[in-house]
Amino acid sequence: MATPPSRLRSRPETLSVPPAILVTLYVNGEQRKLAVSPWTTLLDALRDRLQLTGTKKGCDHGQCGACTVLIEGRRVNSCLTLAVMKDGAKVTTIEGLAIDGSLHPLQQAFIDHDAFQCGYCTPGQICSAAGLIAEGKARTADEIRELMSGNICRCGAYSNIVPAIQQAMGAMGPNHDQF
Amino acid sequence: MINFEYARATDVADAIRQIAADPEAKFIAGGTNLIDLMKYDVERPLRLIDITHLPLKTVEETANGGVRIGALVPNSDLAYHPLIEKRYPLLSSAILAGASQQLRNMASTGGNLLQRTRCFYFYDVATPCNKREPGSGCSARDGINRINAILGTSEACIATHPSDMCVALAALEAKVHVAGPAGERTIAFADFHRLPGNTPEVDTNLKPNEIITAIELPAQGFAANYSYLKIRDRLSYAFALVSVAAALELEGNRITEARLALGGVAHKPWRNLEAELAMRGKPADAPAFAEAAAVLLRDAKGFAHNAFKIDLARRAIVRTLRQAANGTPQIQSSKKIR
Repeated sequence: MATPPSRLRSRPETLSVPPAILVTLYVNGEQRKLAVSPWTTLLDALRDRLQLTGTKKGCDHGQCGACTVLIEGRRVNSCLTLAVMKDGAKVTTIEGLAIDGSLHPLQQAFIDHDAFQCGYCTPGQICSAAGLIAEGKARTADEIRELMSGNICRCGAYSNIVPAIQQAMGAMGPNHDQF
Repeated sequence: MINFEYARATDVADAIRQIAADPEAKFIAGGTNLIDLMKYDVERPLRLIDITHLPLKTVEETANGGVRIGALVPNSDLAYHPLIEKRYPLLSSAILAGASQQLRNMASTGGNLLQRTRCFYFYDVATPCNKREPGSGCSARDGINRINAILGTSEACIATHPSDMCVALAALEAKVHVAGPAGERTIAFADFHRLPGNTPEVDTNLKPNEIITAIELPAQGFAANYSYLKIRDRLSYAFALVSVAAALELEGNRITEARLALGGVAHKPWRNLEAELAMRGKPADAPAFAEAAAVLLRDAKGFAHNAFKIDLARRAIVRTLRQAANGTPQIQSSKKIR
């Protein structure tokens, strides 16, 4: 049953003509239509095509969480998501959290608690925390730490990130599903 | 990542047709492992067949008292599903021990079974690896092999299977439902993943033209006495050095049935029926647990950097069985090992 790995078979090195595919995304409440290559990640589509550069590219391999966005309210790694597979999806990025110029409770809490240093991981941390609060599974600091472990902060601001999330959780209440 | 074509499958029959028509194609569901591997050029499919629109997203009770889990149910939904939390808490716990919540939100049940090893050399295309390029050699045997296997290894490969979920599914004796051109068939969980032998490039007994449609759990869930203990180099979001799924049926303090499966130690979730039988009829106490560990690890063989895993596994087995017997399972958000 052994199948030789594809690299050993004769094949073109790559496809020469990139077939672009039209997709519609609902990003932060706005309908955005764009033609993407099959290999365009949601992260690259947001940053390079829609100029929403708040979402950050860190490791580009799902290990750091800097690219975290919400799809249909669930937090995901946009670097491991193909844009073409999310046709018709609602996407919320850090740019979509503030409402009418008022900071989202998580954004305010991160400022109040000085929950960042360089700030590169912060959009991912905040989107991830928004997902965490919507899930309603974290109550204690230990549970917050465990369920935020997909977001790495190389400055080590964790000790301020946890109270910031606790503050926002208190302000928003459990099972909060409005972003 | 090389360029590739994209196609969508509308139902299971369509997916099987499309994969049969193009041997260079791969199915994609959550994509958490496949896209990662494509970015490293370890996987180079010329076409991805998107199966996320297939109707395989439900968790249902079966006529014989078990539960049938659709292959596309996300890992997080499965871990938090009321039926799973209540009747198969071992499975919930194992899922929550793995990856991050973002990845669990994306990753599918079927895809979890099919994830590839995280052996450093499998990922590094500049080095020989028999799993990636058959016949090229194994770099791990004489390389940095701290994370590699201690049981069931071969000359060709000492990689481990990385899943936590699968360790619980092995202990629970799940069944894997698959479909292919020849129709549907069911594979016992113990027969799904394979040992490396001389063909480490083949991870499982799923045929290239088949698709996983569901995982079925039998009625027996071991909800009273179970634990999943995962030991790793950091306290969260890391693969297991050793993980243990333990499940017991007790009459008073006497063991009437025991299940024991290990992760991070072999090319497949490692179960040893002899070790389980050795506990049957004995008091649920340290001597029986130590004997089970001794039987399970009898043929364990370490390499330059991972021989510590043998003692680590021995202690983790005893600790996890004690947690199960006491009804005090490891809580994944608590980093204190009880």
